[in-house]
Amino acid sequence: MTTLRELTSDDIEAIAIGAAILGTGGGGNPYIGKLRCQQELKKGNRVQIIGLDALDDDAFVVSVGGIGAPVIGIEKIEQGEECLRALRTLEEFYGRKADALIAAEIGGGNAMEPLLTGAQAGIPVVDGDGMGRAFPEMQMTTFSIYGKSSVPAAIADEKGNVVIYREVLNELWFERLARSTVIAMGGAAGSATAPMSGRYAKRAAVPDTYTQALGLGNAVLDANRRHVNPIDLICAREQGVRLMDAKITDLKRHLRGGFAVGEIQLQGVGAYAGETGTIALQNEFLTFSRNGTIEVTVPDLILVLDLDTGHAITTEILRFGQRVAVVGLPSHPLLRTPEALAVVGPAAFGLEGVQFTPLARAGDGNV
Amino acid sequence: MYRIGVDVGGTNTDAVIMQGRDVVASTKAATSADVTTGVLTALQAVLTQSGVTPDQIGALVIGTTHFTNAVIERRHLAPTAVVRLCLPATQCLPPMVDWPEDLHSIIGDHVYFAAGGFEFDGKEISPLDPEALRKIGSDIREKGLNSIAICSVFAPVNDAMERRAAAILAEACPGADISISAPIGRLGLLERESATILNSALLGLARHTVTALGKALRDADITCPFFLSQNDGTLMDAAQVQMYPVLTFASGPTNSMRGAAFLTGHGDAVVIDVGGTTTDVGLLQHGFPRQAGMAVRIGGVRTNFRMPDLFSIGLGGGSLVAGDAANPRIGPQSVGYEITRKALIFGGETLTASDIAVAAGRATLGDPTRLAGLDPAFVAASLAEIDRLLEDAVDRSRISATPVPVIVVGGGSILVPDRIGALEIVRPPHFAVANAIGAAIAQTSGEVDRVFSLEGLTRDAALDAAEQEARAKAIQAGAIADTIIVTDREDVPLAYLPGNATRIRVKVVGEMRI
Repeated sequence: MTTLRELTSDDIEAIAIGAAILGTGGGGNPYIGKLRCQQELKKGNRVQIIGLDALDDDAFVVSVGGIGAPVIGIEKIEQGEECLRALRTLEEFYGRKADALIAAEIGGGNAMEPLLTGAQAGIPVVDGDGMGRAFPEMQMTTFSIYGKSSVPAAIADEKGNVVIYREVLNELWFERLARSTVIAMGGAAGSATAPMSGRYAKRAAVPDTYTQALGLGNAVLDANRRHVNPIDLICAREQGVRLMDAKITDLKRHLRGGFAVGEIQLQGVGAYAGETGTIALQNEFLTFSRNGTIEVTVPDLILVLDLDTGHAITTEILRFGQRVAVVGLPSHPLLRTPEALAVVGPAAFGLEGVQFTPLARAGDGNV
Repeated sequence: MYRIGVDVGGTNTDAVIMQGRDVVASTKAATSADVTTGVLTALQAVLTQSGVTPDQIGALVIGTTHFTNAVIERRHLAPTAVVRLCLPATQCLPPMVDWPEDLHSIIGDHVYFAAGGFEFDGKEISPLDPEALRKIGSDIREKGLNSIAICSVFAPVNDAMERRAAAILAEACPGADISISAPIGRLGLLERESATILNSALLGLARHTVTALGKALRDADITCPFFLSQNDGTLMDAAQVQMYPVLTFASGPTNSMRGAAFLTGHGDAVVIDVGGTTTDVGLLQHGFPRQAGMAVRIGGVRTNFRMPDLFSIGLGGGSLVAGDAANPRIGPQSVGYEITRKALIFGGETLTASDIAVAAGRATLGDPTRLAGLDPAFVAASLAEIDRLLEDAVDRSRISATPVPVIVVGGGSILVPDRIGALEIVRPPHFAVANAIGAAIAQTSGEVDRVFSLEGLTRDAALDAAEQEARAKAIQAGAIADTIIVTDREDVPLAYLPGNATRIRVKVVGEMRI
């Protein structure tokens, strides 16, 4: 994509479905965010995305997103301009208006916040993000991995409070300080973080991920309209690898350190009858094993989709007996470098001794 | 004393008379448009059948889809003002934002955002503004609206503001129907608010229905208290129904499942209810239906109140059978209630799932000689497909690999084989009126669903406090204290929140004092 593209209400619908798929089990539900984007369109505001390559090198790009516990977001819905106020505060700090916004996390609910904030501010959103999927922690973005600090950053609540962070020792300190602020604000807030140049965004952002979410969502909607298999369409479109069609035969989930941790046992069905599978999860799906041997690991994407509808099955709605398709998507090369793997590779999730073996795109030979 | 259970379905009104655990008499009558006539017809039939006199009846429980149907068919709904206590939060998404247009236009767009609401920990978002509420009240009165729904952010944590706002609006709008959200739904503002709006819009119909029913029963000399059964298989008295009609929304399937549990004595089981067109499959836990964790749509509106988690498939006794031995197709089209005219075994010309069951020797029904021309390979393949559909649905309804019995109820149950996968099938007596039996045995409940801070409090102490609160609610609703048991206890630690914030949900049930 080289120019601006304006999104319709149908596009938003599709992006919500695709973002949930790219959430690889986590990332929160895009439903509220989708409704909010569609409200912006109804008001006459425009939701625009712009290709990374169309950004000026010295463009001023800011990452915006909701921050806090998802359970708060479904009850204390935002006033609506939290992220915009955080953005305005950063703009004031720099004495410069943002040229474009960028998402930290395309997977799940936070795909929507930049779109609706961009609509309010009248600026486009970059077709790309800092993860290309969902990850559980704030510092797990390519922005941070390749050296851009999250600060200066601003956090705003619905009441009019805005806090700006000028300097922190490291990303961990930012996480700690931001978290206590957000809790004081009632558990959820809007954030503007990681201000960066267009040059840096081009180097560090995972490209074309809104286009990817849109494509995935349209594949699902298309398949359901035409009554064809959505999994085939998704794999064909994104060169995904269909790992297994299976039935969930066991499910273990518990909370550890604020994360949902667990394991799903699978029994192959159809063409995969006789095989067994295991998926380990920590908010998101971490590894996929077939007959006891690990085949796919983070940061590659492990998608668990409803076998009939193609919609994402998130970790909260996993159920015994569900028929699912497990699909692997290769992660972007930016997530596969040694620097990236140190932060988002198997070892970073405590998977000792597990090597990251890159998944090849379907059709690229060895799978 | 006897108990009577009545289930008012779309087609039939079923009634049973029970004495203790025994079914004394049962009947099916046609459902009437006004509910009352059909109920009276069914009542008179079971009374005559059993020789029981009205003065021997201790309680009457009615399960009805009347209020659900009103929403689905967009009938008898009052235009409703919506007051959300929230400012400055939540303004980006107004009430009814995701409703179907036709329903929204019936309710109208009378939406008011007001100061108030709570944070997750019970702090105020902003203080309630009585003066602003009085202004809103006079605006509502000037518009001539007679129904008001009030919803506060985090009302399930603290309902104090909703109650104060209701009192202020009741004063400003004398005689108006007012609903607050805390007793109706759980966390999830839009879903709980939508349910509250529907509830308020139905209050007029609820009052009318309960009054008519009460009068009809008195005219028939039935003077015992009467109750309606609610979504979770527990009951509510006439006064509660007039306050919370939405809580009856899914009572039909719930009653079937509760009846199945009662008839078999199995508290943990899968229940298959096979009708003419569809089959509902659900899971019983401790004798109650497992509840859905996700939003359930009613008439196109997302709601999140207590509903059984059902999986429905397009398979029933009247399902059309087509295709060939290599690829048989069953349903979802069905001859429905016309099965007794259209199926081959009943002299018709349509091949149905019931014909396949008879041809395969699974059931004895109608005239099997009319099936002589069917290809045995096709019959076998069709039967295998029916079994596959059922096994799939049963699998989806289970939450663990632990084997549980499968209870089959409903008129189409002849389709079901003697085993499903490795699971044993139980076919109880009176399976055709399991729903009315479920109504007759409805119990009383109390529930707490709130975020607790575990700071300075152990998890056990918090769970205990929640249980005591739920018990008090059940006793207030009429339960006998020493029959109360806990049916559901869940605590979910909330990620990202301090002070070990934990969402605790406890539900208790007990026998109704008659």
